[in-house]
Amino acid sequence: MNITLKIWRQKNKEDKGKFVTYKLNNVSTEMTFLEMLDYLNEKLIKEDQDPVAFDSDCREGICGSCGLYINGRPNGPQKSVTTCQLSMSVFKDGDTITVEPWRSKAFPVIKDLVVDRTAFDKLIEAGGYISVNTGAAPEANSIPVKKHNADRAFEAGVCIGCGTCVAACKNASAMLFVSAKISQLALLPQGRVEAKERVRILVEKMDELGFGNCSNTGSCEAECPKDIKLVNIARLNREYYKAY
Amino acid sequence: MAKLDSKIPDGPLAEKWTRHQASVKLVNPANKKKLDIIVVGAGAAGASAAATLAELGYNLKVFVFQDSSRRAHSIASQGGINATKNYKNDADSDYRLFYDMIKGGDFRAREANVYRAAEVSNKIIDQYVAQGVPFAREYSGYLANRSFGGVQVSRTFYAQGQTGQQCTLAAYQALSRQIKAGKAKMFARRDMLDIVVIDGKARGIITRDLITGEIERHSAHAVVLATGGFGTVYYLSTLAVNSNGSAAFAAYKKGAFMANPSMAQIHPTSIPVLNEYQSKLTLMSESLRNDGRVWVPKQKGDKRPANEIKEEERDYYLERKYPAFGNLVPRDVASRAAKERCDEGYGVGETGLSVYLDFRDAINNQGKNAIKAKYGTLFDLYKKVTGINPYEEPMRIYPASHYTMGGLWVDYNLMTTIPGLYAIGEANFSDHGANRLGASSLMQCSGDGYFILPVTIGDYLADEIKTPRISTDTPEFDEAEKAVKEKLNKLMSVKGTQSPTSFHKRLGHILWTYSGMKRNEEGLTTALKEINELKEEFWRDVKVAGELNELNHELEKAARVADFLDLAKLIVMDALNRKESCGAHFREEYQTAEGEPKRDDENYSYVAAWEYTGEDSEPKLHKEELKFEYVTPVQRSYK
Repeated sequence: MNITLKIWRQKNKEDKGKFVTYKLNNVSTEMTFLEMLDYLNEKLIKEDQDPVAFDSDCREGICGSCGLYINGRPNGPQKSVTTCQLSMSVFKDGDTITVEPWRSKAFPVIKDLVVDRTAFDKLIEAGGYISVNTGAAPEANSIPVKKHNADRAFEAGVCIGCGTCVAACKNASAMLFVSAKISQLALLPQGRVEAKERVRILVEKMDELGFGNCSNTGSCEAECPKDIKLVNIARLNREYYKAY
Repeated sequence: MAKLDSKIPDGPLAEKWTRHQASVKLVNPANKKKLDIIVVGAGAAGASAAATLAELGYNLKVFVFQDSSRRAHSIASQGGINATKNYKNDADSDYRLFYDMIKGGDFRAREANVYRAAEVSNKIIDQYVAQGVPFAREYSGYLANRSFGGVQVSRTFYAQGQTGQQCTLAAYQALSRQIKAGKAKMFARRDMLDIVVIDGKARGIITRDLITGEIERHSAHAVVLATGGFGTVYYLSTLAVNSNGSAAFAAYKKGAFMANPSMAQIHPTSIPVLNEYQSKLTLMSESLRNDGRVWVPKQKGDKRPANEIKEEERDYYLERKYPAFGNLVPRDVASRAAKERCDEGYGVGETGLSVYLDFRDAINNQGKNAIKAKYGTLFDLYKKVTGINPYEEPMRIYPASHYTMGGLWVDYNLMTTIPGLYAIGEANFSDHGANRLGASSLMQCSGDGYFILPVTIGDYLADEIKTPRISTDTPEFDEAEKAVKEKLNKLMSVKGTQSPTSFHKRLGHILWTYSGMKRNEEGLTTALKEINELKEEFWRDVKVAGELNELNHELEKAARVADFLDLAKLIVMDALNRKESCGAHFREEYQTAEGEPKRDDENYSYVAAWEYTGEDSEPKLHKEELKFEYVTPVQRSYK
């Protein structure tokens, strides 16, 4: 099929940036979205044009490197997929596809579709862990953990840190990301000890890094490629109230 | 000429590590803070090492090419992590895991290292649980286990199909805590392009800032490479598209020996190649073989949909050929068996290059919910990639390049042949011989990082406490930086017509054809010739778009492909040299009457360690003889 791409091009952080239109012919429906961009780049290179910069690594939906705004939606029209898992079969011959980087104050654009998500690392550094040194751990089965809690902790723990939740949110809030980590650790007896301190620090850090507030619209949950649930935000709020 | 000294401690196998820990030199806490350590790569191995070393008091500088160390490809490890807890009371022990790994590796790994890997395995599980890894649990609240290929006990701990993600994030979080504490500094979006050796010791690295293009110098008292494997040399692989062999290859060119580079694992259960545009292959965890049954139609070229093929018309070839282990034979065996069926014309799918992995019986016996609880995320992943629902139709799978058992040669202390340069995790060669067993990679990475390197590196650094901070203003740094800049300039100045990726694809095709699951002298010789020609063409006609001093993925790729071309040659030379079959290295000339690998213990019971001797001369082979004191090498049998 033949498609038209409107892609955000921005030389560097300082550049104002603009949309550039590309016609791309003979796109296969078997390609993934990123393979289509690879195909575009090979064509641009042949034509002595600058290829489009975008991040990707594992290309199986687990590293969280990719993540693009496609036709006004994070990761495109398919539900529960990362950008690398999006198939071109969801598009039709003649479609125009708009491609943008994540748009958020906390994630500045580095080049074209590549953004700086260091703010997520800063959040984890602030307190997204259990403070245990190597070698200090007791025998693994000495503290039984309710299967129900372990399963809920896993469901929160599958977050890939891609930034979809922030990009989807009209306030650019990081609540889903932070609440997933808060939940995972607060649900486990190993993480309970520091639960109060952790939630206080992380909520404060979110504000400091320029993320917006949560107004419970739920767009983060709707767009999350890993189906992280809004209930985690409720859990964060509960933990936060308990912490004071 | 450097002599290979594996530095294996004296004493009985089960006591070597304990004795070694009791006898290594120590660095007192006040001195640790005067010592700097560079860690390159921060997946399960690098992050756990950096976090632990920082906790001990050293100053850490950590380098990753991704935007965050949470994205290192350990994150994609799926099925689990082994430990000898024996929670199942199925007679597991350190010795059994040791024996399974030695046998699984077809008697081409070092006994002492493998035993130690088994010995520290339990502490890893304790550590991860304490860090908040939500491993699967029974209703009792105790940890659950499952079985994996090549073994007959259930010793694998897991978090659905995302065990690697959970463990890697735990290590990432431990490292994040040290970054906050000021003991570790993270340098993200950096490619390591060279090692700096001063007076024979590794003292620093040259990196490229991938955003600005700036070439930087970083120094330390010791350098640790945790840069993973180089399975992407085959182009299509289960690895991340940016995984590469350049850091390890740079170390090789600076004097670190490369061991068994041809020992590359082709994983049996990947989603098959679906089209010519494909940029990577997605793994389906080996854990699926616990409940999935592998089969092809008994009739050649049978094109009927799988569900229409009756039970008696199906050939469960693994169960037929290997009744004792059935679908749980090791990876090398399962891969070759799949290739054999497909080569004979029994393969399924449009290309005939795939076999079925079927959960029908498991779903009928255990119920859909039980299967979903164990493999839900994997089934979803399969459906996303193929559009096929594996609860209703069997999966189609085919082998794919996955893991490199080979890597930088290290001694018992995990030090390469360059003093002060260490290699941990998949980047070294030490624990998996000629074939790696499932769920032992996370185990080895974590063991190296949390429990082994932090002990052994102290033994080296104890003699460095009087060495002041290493200056980057030295002739060695000048020279290394100059060489890096020259290489990058050379790549930019070719201004040819073909992209780096197009060369990478062609290189992958050569290796897959001649140096993949089956190899022979003629094919390998052809491969050498074709690689040389491709290399010549690359340096004549590669086209690198963009500029030096900006974010430039094409330049990153070009530099990696340039190294892959040289590495591929070394891989093929190693495969040519080893005139025997062992594990994943299957030379067609050397097989048993039943088509199984035939080892030659008399002549090849050694680690092949290659020394770089210059751009235009052949690498020199060094042999580390493998001594088996506790096991007797036998013909591997999974029948």
